[in-house]
Amino acid sequence: MSMLLAAGLVVGAIGLVLGCAIGLAVLFFSVKSDDRIEKIASLLPGANCGGCGFAGCGDFARAIVEENADPSKCVACTAESAARIGEVLGRAVAAREKMVAVVYCSGDQFHAVRCAEYNGLSDCRAAASYAGGGKGCRYGCVGMGTCARNCPFGAIEVRNGRAVVHPELCTGCGKCVSLCPRKLIHLVPADSKAHIYCNSLEKGAVKRKLCNAGCLGCKKCVRAFPDLFIATGGLVRAVNPAALDKTMLEKISCPVHVLHLVEEDFPCTGCEKGSGEKADGKGEEK
Amino acid sequence: MTAAELLPVTVGAVLVNNIVLSRILGTCPFLGVSKKLKTALGMGSAVTLVMAISSFATSVLFHLLLAHPFTAGPLKGLDLSFAKTLVFIVVIASLVQIVEILMQKFSKGLYQALGIYLPLITTNCAVLGAAELNASSGRSVLLSTIYGFCSGLGFALALLLFASIREKLELSRIPRIFQGASIALITAGILAMAFMGFAGLVK
Repeated sequence: MSMLLAAGLVVGAIGLVLGCAIGLAVLFFSVKSDDRIEKIASLLPGANCGGCGFAGCGDFARAIVEENADPSKCVACTAESAARIGEVLGRAVAAREKMVAVVYCSGDQFHAVRCAEYNGLSDCRAAASYAGGGKGCRYGCVGMGTCARNCPFGAIEVRNGRAVVHPELCTGCGKCVSLCPRKLIHLVPADSKAHIYCNSLEKGAVKRKLCNAGCLGCKKCVRAFPDLFIATGGLVRAVNPAALDKTMLEKISCPVHVLHLVEEDFPCTGCEKGSGEKADGKGEEK
Repeated sequence: MTAAELLPVTVGAVLVNNIVLSRILGTCPFLGVSKKLKTALGMGSAVTLVMAISSFATSVLFHLLLAHPFTAGPLKGLDLSFAKTLVFIVVIASLVQIVEILMQKFSKGLYQALGIYLPLITTNCAVLGAAELNASSGRSVLLSTIYGFCSGLGFALALLLFASIREKLELSRIPRIFQGASIALITAGILAMAFMGFAGLVK
């Protein structure tokens, strides 16, 4: 018994010495970190998307406090958490316009013609650098979901071989914009109502052979609203997508339905309408 | 110190009796921190550092307090060797804490590279295992420190090999039932079998 007691005492003494050593180390060598850094880090979204240009949310919080970085650089912060960061810092944080990503392509598997069977790495960048994947269109979505896999917020989904952005989940960090090998994804103001979902610079007739959801460049929309659309070659873009609405779109009635509302893009409309003729008919021809 | 003494604790620790692949210690960080080569490198160097330091400290303590019964003083005849695991774990855990605090104070760059891994290895079984192996084979303090360092190198080598294989696995087509943890475990097993090829290189 006395043996056990003595052993307990010796081990206890070792523990006490080590505990005191840690205590002394903390006392003499501890580095005081600004507790605002931790507070701000907990207010940031924590997705480490890198949209601010710093190495993750922790580094950005440190930069906000120590290097006076602008908190509004965080694209994923809600207005509420931005205001609370301002409270912690004791200075006003400017509001920023909320942006969301949009994929300028309507060419899912029902619309775009497949001209090859791609069997390589399932990654858009690999496919684009090799032969462009299976689709005939050299401008459209490759559909292997590189953007979807890398989205820190899970806001992109590949549906029927085409990436679609869920605007309510998208924070506009822009990670997908730099990843897309086709440069299809753009950041647009979050209040945009409608877009022309095509990015092909081919002539209308060439596009028509490769995809029946490509902008034909017929300029019907430009004729109806000359101020709101701008035509460059075979492609038209909406100048101010926030100004469009449903009645205007009905008046234009885009013949290929490539100009449509953001909410109609998901779930994609027109998939059923005419899914018969294009994919099978033209695919075999090729 | 002769080459015959040195070889088993250097080549032996790195290749023949690799702490992960042949002694199967420290498999938790081996599977957990091996998804990316960069983090594997950080983890490997942190483990090497901690193993060398803790082997030194535990070996000193072992020879001072635990190896033989106390010969003098009021505790004469007390044999503490049964409590060595307990003492080692306490020593290693507090030592790593102190190293972390000192590193944060004196070397910001080293702290940023290794700091986040240090709390993960405070009570890692590979670190404890190296201390126990040193104690049970009765190595001197210098040999123990060399053994700890080389075991850490062996751990880092295994981790880097495994991480580079796993980075390749990310891109390969794996049947659905083998995806994730199961292919990682199978790979680890094959890697361990490959390391059996070193058996007999040194005694």
